Amino acid sequence: MKKVLEGSMAISESVRIAEPRVISAYPITPQTHIVEHLSQMVADGNLKAEFVMVESEHTAASVCLGASACGVRSYTSTASQGLLYMSEVIYNIAGMRLPVVITIANRAVSAPINIWNDMQDSMALRDAGAIQLYAENNQEAYDMHIQAYKIAENKDVMLPVMVCVDGFVLTHTFEVVETIDEVERVREYLPPLNMEYKLDVDNPYSFGTLGEPSVYMESRFNLANAVNNSKKVIVSAAQEYKDMFGKFHGALIDTYKTDDAETIIVAMGSILGTIKDVVDELRESGKKIGVLKVRSFRPFPEEEIVAALEDAGNVIVIEKAISLGKGGILSQEIRDVLYKHRINSINVNGYVLGLGGRDITPKNIIDLIEKAKTDENMDGEFFGLNSFIEQGNISNIGD
Amino acid sequence: MLTKEDTHKELFTMGHTGCSGCAQSMAVKLILEVLGKNTIATTATGCLEVFSTRYPESSWRIPWIHSLFENSAAVASGIEAALKITGRKNGTTVLAQGGDGGTADIGLQALSGMFERGHDVLYVCYDNGAYMNTGYQRSGLTPFDAYTTTSPSGKQSFGNSRPKKYMPQIAMAHRIPYTAVASAGYPVDLQKKIKKAASITGPKYVQIDVPCTPGWKYEPRYSVKIARLAVQTGLYPLFEAEYDKIISVKKISKKVPVEEYLKLQGRFKHLFKDEAGRMEIEKIQKIADENIVKFGLL
Amino acid sequence: MDFDFKIGIIALPGAALANKTGSFANEVPVFKQKTCTGCNLCIYYCPEGVVYGDKKTKIYNFDADYCKGCGICAEECPVDDIEMVLVEK
Ligand SMILES: Cc1ncc(C[n+]2csc(CCOP(=O)(O)OP(=O)(O)O)c2C)c(N)n1
Ligand code: SF4
Ligand code: SF4
Ligand SMILES: [Mg+2]
Repeated sequence: MKKVLEGSMAISESVRIAEPRVISAYPITPQTHIVEHLSQMVADGNLKAEFVMVESEHTAASVCLGASACGVRSYTSTASQGLLYMSEVIYNIAGMRLPVVITIANRAVSAPINIWNDMQDSMALRDAGAIQLYAENNQEAYDMHIQAYKIAENKDVMLPVMVCVDGFVLTHTFEVVETIDEVERVREYLPPLNMEYKLDVDNPYSFGTLGEPSVYMESRFNLANAVNNSKKVIVSAAQEYKDMFGKFHGALIDTYKTDDAETIIVAMGSILGTIKDVVDELRESGKKIGVLKVRSFRPFPEEEIVAALEDAGNVIVIEKAISLGKGGILSQEIRDVLYKHRINSINVNGYVLGLGGRDITPKNIIDLIEKAKTDENMDGEFFGLNSFIEQGNISNIGD
Repeated sequence: MLTKEDTHKELFTMGHTGCSGCAQSMAVKLILEVLGKNTIATTATGCLEVFSTRYPESSWRIPWIHSLFENSAAVASGIEAALKITGRKNGTTVLAQGGDGGTADIGLQALSGMFERGHDVLYVCYDNGAYMNTGYQRSGLTPFDAYTTTSPSGKQSFGNSRPKKYMPQIAMAHRIPYTAVASAGYPVDLQKKIKKAASITGPKYVQIDVPCTPGWKYEPRYSVKIARLAVQTGLYPLFEAEYDKIISVKKISKKVPVEEYLKLQGRFKHLFKDEAGRMEIEKIQKIADENIVKFGLL
Repeated sequence: MDFDFKIGIIALPGAALANKTGSFANEVPVFKQKTCTGCNLCIYYCPEGVVYGDKKTKIYNFDADYCKGCGICAEECPVDDIEMVLVEK
């Protein structure tokens, strides 16, 4: 059914129909609406789950870890400081191979404290062993959560999945979202969780044992394989979803007008909408420009990205996070896979935009494309700084 | 009658790498004897977790999970929530375990949350009075004047300068249905308390004094003796509480001077050097005397 | 190809029995069986759980494969019926 839904409501609707049985969370802007909606659903009897309202994000993730280890589908959501606070537990969940789904309402990280959107928080967790998917709009956010459980619970995967949605930009925006109304059809797509090993008094296994140097590397090797091998599962989950529900937003990546493109803009998340509008405009005036959307950042879709970019002359990476002391994160990885495939003819320029909720306007993107024409190998260059702050007008206020 | 074959079937099996004479391993064995096989356990990072589950080995014959250092109570909360949804097989007990550090320091927040939310979880704190797994560093439950590697004695120091935190009272302040303090020196009393705890629905807290041979620096054979002396001196009062009321205390027949307890342990050796140390021992005696009055131990 | 672990390196119940900790022991107990009253305290207190025996016959023994030689059984025996002796190595 088509409804006008706030992003957070779309996400909670999607979580509801995926039927997690244990939900645990701690409030943090801009994730709050998601967990508020979910607790209301539980309170109203529209979702049969234990909602454990905890005293911290560390505990929220730990509750999911414990429940998931019992073979019960579990869910949590957080952002920013909350994600950093639970990060230790996310590594543990991944290492124990538990299929917890976590929504990240992407938000900037302190200091300075800032509640608005960027992707520094989830980027900080990119090496945890969790799958990371990024949604472009609320419809995709809705569809992605159902897919996330399908991916997480696949026998060859068994990993946590982080569904990353831009805070405020998506979580607090109303859009038309088409929801699935028959839980039976979702169950057909996503059968009940059935774990081979779980905490069970009839089969008393020990989980999270001490891995000495003789076995630790091998267990991490298995984990690395699981993350890499999840690529095909992400693809099939998207494909099956399309077959059953008619919605498709790309699998590992998605391309937009890239076929003959000389310039390709690479980005993740909600900014893709603005970029696509700009591309449409520029196409009208005859510019050969296209867009590559990275939907799965972990696992990183190396082959797919190379295939999409190899014929372009210029690549512009727009991202809302930075590896301080190095540069862009996504741009680094794009350059890395191109280099690995011996493609050195492409001028890759990476820019950091929109940190801490700074607006990214269509004009910014047009300006950036202009600038990139003469730039070479930019690596996480800040774009869109306020020149009046540079001149010191603000810092001099007060005594 | 107990045969050799029976001992191999204990729910907490031999073959772990705990130190010779480790009272913590003794307490675990006694607890599982009472709780039985329908128990799911979490264990915080610490000696117990490390010495009992060196992959591929495990001493546990019950479903068991290592949480992390500070979240044993939180993971247990999740297990309990899952059991609420799936149904408890044969009234499964959820047992959360942690050392004094994992309980009273870094894990206090998660523990408080578990209490306050009212999960049906039995939390056991194995109190050996320091971070033993990392090499005997001070915790909030290290006793006054004890030497640890981060509260060393020296020209300017008599060891740990702060009194032991009243952790059981913190548990009681949550008005959970049952709190108890037990000791490896009194196994019958310990098992009785665990049995009672298991029979009560809701959050339960049991703290157990478990001497540690390398950390407290004494010969392994004295583990039980030292635990008993801690009680008999009044330094480690054993009691039970329901909600915020103490309902029973283990009386001591006659007061033993704290010196008897201190002198067996290398961690208090520096108090026996000179007159200044003598005065410190008097301060410790005062702590014991106050306990005796406060808990009505005599 | 994956290494053959149960997912997330899960261990089997009681697998620690494979580790014969008896090699730790410098001393082991001798149950003299003279004054024993069958109080069972040695069973209670053994931190390893390796003492076994019978209240009725008052015959107790220990499992040398796992005994770590801590001496608690001997120290705690109320009637001095257990003695620690050096292990010949
Ligand atoms: C977050 C975190 N901080 C520190 C550590 C290191 N660490 C592991 S066990 C431990 C001490 C455990 O002490 P306690 O809880 O008293 O248990 P014990 O080993 O004494 O039985 C410490 C500090 C850790 N594993 N995780
Ligand atoms: S260090 Fe102490 S607590 Fe740890 S195993 Fe040894 S005796 Fe037990
Ligand atoms: S010496 Fe220690 S380990 Fe050996 S039987 Fe006696 S109490 Fe048990
Ligand atoms: Mg300790």
